[in-house]
Amino acid sequence: MTRERSLTFVLLAVLLALPFAAQALGHPFYTTLATRMAILALAAVGLNIALGLGGLVSFGHAAFFGIGGYAAGIVATHAMNAEPLLGLEIPASMPVVWLFAALAAGIVAAVTGSISLRTSGVYFIMITLAFAQMIFYFAISWKAYGGEDGLSIAMRNGFPGLNTAVPRDLFLVAFGLLLAGLLAFWRIRVSRFGAALQAARQNELRVAAVGIEPFPIRLVAFVLSAVITAVAGAMFAELNRFASPSMLAWPMSGELIVLIILGGTGRLAGPVAGAMLYVMLEYWLGGFTERWQLFLGLMLLAVVLFARGGVVGLVAGKPGNG
Amino acid sequence: MADPVLQIENLSKSFDALKATDDVSLDLRPGEIHALIGPNGAGKTTLMHQISGALKPDAGSIRFLGKDILPLGIAARARLGLGRTFQISSLIPEFSALRNVMLAVQARQGSSFRFLRNVMHDRTLVAGAEEALQRVGLLARASVSAAELSHGERRQLEIAIAIALGARAFLLDEPMAGMGPEGSRALTGFLDGLRSEAPILLVEHDMDAVFALADRVSVLVYGRIIASGSVAEIRADPAVREAYLGDEG
Repeated sequence: MTRERSLTFVLLAVLLALPFAAQALGHPFYTTLATRMAILALAAVGLNIALGLGGLVSFGHAAFFGIGGYAAGIVATHAMNAEPLLGLEIPASMPVVWLFAALAAGIVAAVTGSISLRTSGVYFIMITLAFAQMIFYFAISWKAYGGEDGLSIAMRNGFPGLNTAVPRDLFLVAFGLLLAGLLAFWRIRVSRFGAALQAARQNELRVAAVGIEPFPIRLVAFVLSAVITAVAGAMFAELNRFASPSMLAWPMSGELIVLIILGGTGRLAGPVAGAMLYVMLEYWLGGFTERWQLFLGLMLLAVVLFARGGVVGLVAGKPGNG
Repeated sequence: MADPVLQIENLSKSFDALKATDDVSLDLRPGEIHALIGPNGAGKTTLMHQISGALKPDAGSIRFLGKDILPLGIAARARLGLGRTFQISSLIPEFSALRNVMLAVQARQGSSFRFLRNVMHDRTLVAGAEEALQRVGLLARASVSAAELSHGERRQLEIAIAIALGARAFLLDEPMAGMGPEGSRALTGFLDGLRSEAPILLVEHDMDAVFALADRVSVLVYGRIIASGSVAEIRADPAVREAYLGDEG
């Protein structure tokens, strides 16, 4: 087994143990922290497909995260008020929410991606930011779903066989999704599609010269990436019982990029390491000072200057080239 | 005479006032090596770019296997069977030599939209790539990343990729560049056999290689073909001697 895979297992084992240890030690709040870690990690796993494998620096993934969050909020609200959604009686069920989140984010990503992927470099960053901000302003002006106040979730959507009102059950759902997301990322990375995507990141001309069009490869990667981040967004809203417009705002996009760079760009365990570190810093340093992000900034600086591979790069070394 | 595989007619391309390609016509017939020679800046690489699809000509036509390929992009022309190597090696630096070639085998087989199976466990990909590496003599270096290969090995890898994508014609842009005399000799022998698989349009500065290999030679000077013919005809052509070969021919 490679060191990278061992590291992934160790991180996941620690994350899984956290809520149980928290219960035993009488700190139930840590369960919420662990859930937050799992959800942010999943969102970053999604972005890691576009950014890590494809080199597509999307500064607009908050849009997909927020779309997922609003999907959860809208389904919960309609179920609460017994109002049909799109003419259908929608059950307040998480898998249904994920389906809506995935569909909505997938469509938005296909449309915005087919425009923004015609650019590259700093233009791609700016155009993805612009699309995300458009969606942000659309959400805060949509009065039916809370406008600037966002959308409260009075009662979480359910999951078959679990009670999502119980923190540990909610954690298990989030953790299960993270495992599924990691599995998807891992398979994609070693597949033909992943080979073309990673090759296009390194040398677009070479990929075209063997007869593979880079554009559709990137577009599909962008859509897959958006779908995973949207499901994470749905869980984030469930956790907070609140679909906030701030989920759609650009600092969220930046946060996801920071998670990946901290953890290790393009690495399987990168988003997990990044999210665990980020939430720990947020919690412990946030207890000392409101300006905890100053320390985050210093850490990011250290990673960029001295450890390009992030935490995973430090522990597991360079990725193999197969 | 067999129909040409590649037929270029009256091709022109200007960059502002500079005529990089000036009414060029040439063709490539089955089984031949057609060498394109000319001094630096004559427009050889610009011509290669127009054939491979990286540059759009201002006027003229390019037909490949009887098909007008001007509307097609780089990838579509490659899928038809234009196997191009680059003057400056253009590879996937973090991929091993094997995976660089596997990408071409994958493209040749069709779909890149397969998401689950590990490429390293896909025998058709690996075996196809190994065969191409073996042919160019690079199999022993299969697991080395392209970034770590020597200059000469990268040139060989480029040719392995062109073979693996199932080229119906090779466009080789200075394959000998930067190779030592021994490497050049070995590659000359290899290209000699390769022509029976698919014809080669060869841009090359190494005159020993050109004169040893070429069935026909065209001489490009300032974007214009000033002479075209057999090696003997080109060596004897006074205009070529003056413009290009100097006294050494």
